[in-house]
Amino acid sequence: MNDVPSTAALVEIRHLSKSYVRGDQIIPVLVDINLDVAAGDFVALMGPSGSGKSTLLNLVAGIDKPTTGQILVAGVDIAQLSEGELAAWRAAHVGFIFQFYNLMPVLTAFQNVELPLQLTGLSRRERHERVENALALVSLADRMEHYPNELSGGQQQRVAIARALIADPTLIVADEPTGDLDRTTAGEILDLLGALNQELGKTIVMVTHDPKAASRAGRLIELEKGVLVG
Amino acid sequence: MFVPFLVFRNAFRHKLRTTLTMVGIVVAIVAFGLLRTIVDAWYAGAEATSSARLISRNAISLVFPLPLNYAQKIRQVPGVTGVAAANWFGGEYINSSNFFPQFAIDPGPYLDMYPEYKLSEAERKAFLLDRQGAVVGRKLAERYGWKIGDTIPLRGTIYPGTWTFTLRGIYDGADAKVDESQFFFHWALLNERIKRIYPRRADSVGIYVVEIREPGQAAEISQRIDATFKNSLGETLTETEKAFQLGFVAMTEAILVAVQAVSFVIIVIIMAVMANTMAMTARERYSEYATMKAIGFSNGFVAMLIFAESIAIALIGGVLGVALTYPIASAFGNSLSSLFPIFNVSQETVLMQMGCALVVGVVAALIPAWRAAKVRIVDGLRAVA
Repeated sequence: MNDVPSTAALVEIRHLSKSYVRGDQIIPVLVDINLDVAAGDFVALMGPSGSGKSTLLNLVAGIDKPTTGQILVAGVDIAQLSEGELAAWRAAHVGFIFQFYNLMPVLTAFQNVELPLQLTGLSRRERHERVENALALVSLADRMEHYPNELSGGQQQRVAIARALIADPTLIVADEPTGDLDRTTAGEILDLLGALNQELGKTIVMVTHDPKAASRAGRLIELEKGVLVG
Repeated sequence: MFVPFLVFRNAFRHKLRTTLTMVGIVVAIVAFGLLRTIVDAWYAGAEATSSARLISRNAISLVFPLPLNYAQKIRQVPGVTGVAAANWFGGEYINSSNFFPQFAIDPGPYLDMYPEYKLSEAERKAFLLDRQGAVVGRKLAERYGWKIGDTIPLRGTIYPGTWTFTLRGIYDGADAKVDESQFFFHWALLNERIKRIYPRRADSVGIYVVEIREPGQAAEISQRIDATFKNSLGETLTETEKAFQLGFVAMTEAILVAVQAVSFVIIVIIMAVMANTMAMTARERYSEYATMKAIGFSNGFVAMLIFAESIAIALIGGVLGVALTYPIASAFGNSLSSLFPIFNVSQETVLMQMGCALVVGVVAALIPAWRAAKVRIVDGLRAVA
C-alpha cells in the first residue's frame, strides 16, 4: 500500500485503483493509491510515461472514474457522482490547464476566459469585470480581443490559466502546462502558477516530466507503474 | 447570446466547406421545389375546378361524341341549373410547336358557368355577337402579342382546314389557379362547318358541362343524368369536374410518382452529404468538446451545439433555396407555358422545402451529436484534429 497522508486535506484519495480492459486482458494503471493534498498545496506529480500520473490527475479532476476506491474533494466523494453532477461539480470546483492550452479557436482571449462563467448566473457586467481582472492578472489586458492563433504559446497558456482561475475554483489541475513551451516561457508560466499558489492560496496539482518544473512545486509525488514511490 | 454566437462562429469556421454544403442544400431545395411545382402543375386543372360543375361525356370514351339534343334532357334533370356544350378543337397556330388548348363552346351558358374567367361586359358582348369571335386568356394573348380585333388563324388537325377567328375578348383569371392559356370560340361555328364537310359528325358535342344547384348532390345528379341515357346509343358517364380532370392526371400517374420519388431522393442525397460534413466537423472538434465538458458543460450542451450548427446551415440553405425557387420556377414556367399553363410555387411547397431543410439539419446531426456527447473527456482530450 502507498500512503502519503497529510492533515486538513482538501483532496483525500483512499485505496484508489484504475484499470483498463483490453480484450480479455485487464491492465492496471493505478494500484491502491492513498494520497492527501492539503488546501493551498502546490503538488507536482512526476513519473515516467505510462506511470499513471495523468490518469491520477484526471481522476482527481473528475473527468475519469476510478475502478475502485474513494476520491474526496472538500468532503465530496466524486467517484459516486453521476455524469451530470460531476459536470456541475467541475464547473464549480476545478480549473483546468492543459499542455496544448485547449482554447476555443473561434473565441477571443476574452471570450475564452469568459467561457466557464457562461455556466454561472453572473450578469454580463460582472462577467466582464472578472474577465478583465483575470486577464490583467496574467498580464494580457492588452490582448483581450486577440484570437488564439494571434497569440504566442506562452500567451495562450496565460489565457488558459486565466480561464482556469476565472470561476475561483477549489482546485487547479495542470497537465504538463510547460510541455509545449520553450525554457524561458515555461519559467514565466511556472512563476505565474507559483504566484497563484503563494499569493492567492490556490491549490494546484501539476503533472510534469520536467524536474525543473517539479522543483517549483511545494511537494513532489512520484509514480512508477501505477504505484506511489515517493 | 453566447450560444447563437458560438454556433455562428463554428458554422463559418471552414468557410469553403460550409459554403459548399450550403450550395448543395440550395440546389437540392430548389430541385425539390421545382419537382413539387411540376407535380402541382399537373394537378392544376383539377385544383381549379368547381364542385358545382359536372362533366357528362360518352360512357365508352371521350373520343366519342354525344348528341346535341342531350342538352335539353340534361337541363330537365332535377338539381341541374345549366348546361353548356364544349368540344376539344386541337388546332395549330402557325406550327405544331405552338400548342394551347382550344375549345368550341356554347358561349353564353359556358361563360356564365365559369365566373373565374373575368371578361369585361363589352368584350363579352362583342364575343357573343360575333360568330367568328374568340376569347383567349391573358397569358396566351401576351405570349403571341395578340390584341383585341386581331385575326387569328388556326390550322385544324381534327377538323381540317384553316379556321380564322377575330379576337373579341381577353379574360383574366380570378386567381392564380385559373388557366389563362385557353382559347374559346363558338361551337355553332364549328358545327356549321362540320355540317358542310362531315354531315354525319354534325350536331354532336364532345362534353357537356353541367351546373348544379347543390354540390352535395353531385353524386345523385350524376346518377340521374346517366340513368336518363341508359340503354341509348350514347350512354353518358357523368362525374364531377374534378374527377374528370383527375382522369387525365391518372393517365400519367406513373410519371408523377417517379417525379415525386426523385424529389425525395434528392433530399436523401443531400442529407447524406450534410451528415458527412457534420460528422467530419464534429470529429475535428472532439478535443474542443472534451475541453468544454471538462470545464463543466454537459453532454447535452455539446450535442445541442452540433444540432444547432447543422440546423442553422440547413435552414440558411433552405431559405436561400426557397428564395431562388421563385425566379427559377418563373423562368421554367414561362419556357414551358404551353405544357404547364399554371406553374406557381405553392405555399405548401415552400413549407415542404423548409420542412425538408429542417429534417436534413436534424438528421445530419444525429450521429455526430450522439458521438460527441458520448465521447469520454479523456479520450476527447487526446483526439487530434
